[in-house]
Amino acid sequence: MAIDWENYQAQDLYDELIRPSGRARKSAQKMCRYLSKLSDEEIAERKTASELAIKSMGITFTVYTEEEGSIDRVWPFDPVPRIIEKQEWITIDKGLKQRVKALNHFIHDIYHKQNIIKDGILPKELLIDSKNFKEQCIGVNPAFSVWAHICGSDLVRDKDGQVYVLEDNLRVPSGVSYMLENRHVMKRVFPDIFEDYNILPVNEYSLQLYETLASLSPRKVNEPSIVVLTPGIYNSAYFEHSYLAQQIGAELVEGSDLIVDSDDCVYMKTIDGLTRVDVVYRRIDDEFLDPEVFNEDSVLGVPGLMRAWKKGKVALANAPGAGVADDKVIYAFVPKMIQYYLNEEAILPNVPTYVCHYKEDRDYVLEHIHELVVKPANESGGYGMMIGPHSSKAEQQKFKRLIKKDPRNYIAQPMLTLSTTPTLIGNNVEPRHLDLRPFILSANKTYVTTGGLTRVAMRKGSIVVNSSQGGGSKDTWIVDMEGS
Amino acid sequence: MLSRVAKRIYWMARYLERAENTARLINVNTHLLLDLPRGIVLGWEPLVDIMGCKPLFSDLYSDANERNVIKFLAADANNPSSISSSIYFARENARTIRDVIPVESWEAINDLHDCVKEKLPHSLARKHRFDLFKDLIEGTQQVAGILAGTMLRGNGYHFLKLGRYLERADMTTRILDVRSENLLKTETEDLPPFEHIQWVSILNSLSAYQSYRQEIRGIIRSASVLDFLLRNHFFPRSIAHCMGEAKHCLNNLPHNKKLKQDVVRIGEELDLIDIDMIKDESLYILIDQLQIELADLDNQISETYFSLEREFKSEKTKEAKFAES
Repeated sequence: MAIDWENYQAQDLYDELIRPSGRARKSAQKMCRYLSKLSDEEIAERKTASELAIKSMGITFTVYTEEEGSIDRVWPFDPVPRIIEKQEWITIDKGLKQRVKALNHFIHDIYHKQNIIKDGILPKELLIDSKNFKEQCIGVNPAFSVWAHICGSDLVRDKDGQVYVLEDNLRVPSGVSYMLENRHVMKRVFPDIFEDYNILPVNEYSLQLYETLASLSPRKVNEPSIVVLTPGIYNSAYFEHSYLAQQIGAELVEGSDLIVDSDDCVYMKTIDGLTRVDVVYRRIDDEFLDPEVFNEDSVLGVPGLMRAWKKGKVALANAPGAGVADDKVIYAFVPKMIQYYLNEEAILPNVPTYVCHYKEDRDYVLEHIHELVVKPANESGGYGMMIGPHSSKAEQQKFKRLIKKDPRNYIAQPMLTLSTTPTLIGNNVEPRHLDLRPFILSANKTYVTTGGLTRVAMRKGSIVVNSSQGGGSKDTWIVDMEGS
Repeated sequence: MLSRVAKRIYWMARYLERAENTARLINVNTHLLLDLPRGIVLGWEPLVDIMGCKPLFSDLYSDANERNVIKFLAADANNPSSISSSIYFARENARTIRDVIPVESWEAINDLHDCVKEKLPHSLARKHRFDLFKDLIEGTQQVAGILAGTMLRGNGYHFLKLGRYLERADMTTRILDVRSENLLKTETEDLPPFEHIQWVSILNSLSAYQSYRQEIRGIIRSASVLDFLLRNHFFPRSIAHCMGEAKHCLNNLPHNKKLKQDVVRIGEELDLIDIDMIKDESLYILIDQLQIELADLDNQISETYFSLEREFKSEKTKEAKFAES
């Protein structure tokens, strides 16, 4: 007996598979039993097989370092799946659709009448100071009034089992290719366990992505020309860009492959000559998209792309300016947006957020800084934040000064205890913290991935799930338990 | 197919072929050196001329001795056509089109690059050189084999072959140049037997000796070697074969009319030559002409498929016309 469930420690928090009593949750019972039956050799064999599968499938992410240049690292994968019951997922799915719908209403409103400001829900100064609010986008009308076509929202579960939305990524969210590939790896390595479960498939995403992008085409043609615009091979997500381009049958292009001609249409340079492009799935940030409008030193972008987009000659997904809602201060207003635009209560709650711009909130934050997580409004990847309970007095003082100096730029949230899930460490399982990033597609219809990308912090006690910092990932199963 | 992707495949193929043939070129001279009797001095400087990089060489080195020339042609990063630079550029091109070429070919190019980087700088002495170049030539052949065995026969493959055969034709002319450049400094009355040695070494360096023997019997004469290397359609390193393959690739590509005509013309012109009349000076002129024509083909390919300059120009003129009327 290799895996010892008796000593699995999952107390004082929520574990995705194991109850506080130490027994498996209903949906995880078969999985746990299956794992218990494996010998040390069998576990090692499966682990090696999954590593080999990942290597031979070429699933990599790129890490760039000064010393060694660009290196492809094999995607870190944990073979114990994360299991969510379909009943619970249905609610999350609804909540995400509701949320993204409200966010798209918000972005469109912000670049048009700004009713949400006029009606006193969002203070104007908060919008104006948002780093990702792009004046150049005012008055533009993307198809279906949808701006964020591909959204990746990060979900976490607190110790009481409640699922919260931690943040929304509306610019260029990445990770969906790993979600798809993780399932392929699981099928190759654990084909037998799939027979015991009714696991909902994930591979519909590629088709849905194609349909979403195709529906945006300004020219109503049968097969619109779609390209994936990548910053190039040194980008950490290049594997994904290349993978998605192949999946949806799009050309993978760099900025220099495209031109905007005097007719304001976008063309790609091919051996047949210039070919019209209808939809650009861009994986380049707004700042670098068009040197004529944004960062003029950008060599990644395409001069004139904004002009073509504004004239309606090309669709950009996501639309420039959609990142305005990535701002963590704007995030705090999402539940109000849902009420305001949809007249509904939010199905998925936000993590309670103190907006330091408001005196009342600020005073509370300054007083309780040692127990809160303080974040700057516009950084991602965990940069520039302070985790109160883990911080020194000096750090707390520093952040108090930062907040007082620039209150608009800071928010604070209570410290959550992220849920854990059994993860293979050596030949045994140990609890590790995790999150979940589902992807939501929006155009003339809305689609949510079945599950999403589960990221897991491989270091004991760590809550850092980023792959560049020792994070791994798991296959995410939405299982239908009815009739079992 | 994107112009950028086509261009990178084309150049990846050219650089691989260039590295291989530069190794072959150095081998000709080395073989020649071993075959020649004492007292005959073999020059190394002509190799620099043949590769068309005399000015750069003069900037970097004062003396055109064996050590310097070999270092320059094989391992000098300052020389963009050196073997190590060629492998480096082949790899950089391959890296950006990894999703287009078979994954094993990328790995093989990567291995080749690592091998060259590690071994080349300290394997330039005659004793080690032969083994290293053998590894190098085998390495490039392995890449070619993987590509031939696994790459989709789409436009990418046509550009790959186009690059390979244009570069090969060019390098075959350069290897022939070894003869016309008069590597033997002494012109003596007993040159004829050594001339024979020179032609054999050229055939050997192109792995052509065996094939030549199967096609042509009798003594090895300059006319028959030239005929074989310029006009034999069945030997894969001859100019005629390279042009035939180039034409085949062009058949599958768009906007190919002018290019095809030019490729065919090169072959026809070669067929019209009275090969027995080709001697030192006329061989030099013939090779020079061929190299100019091959460079022109490269320019045309670049203009037609890669840079799209002409399209921009024609668009702009159209615009100007509208503005006038």
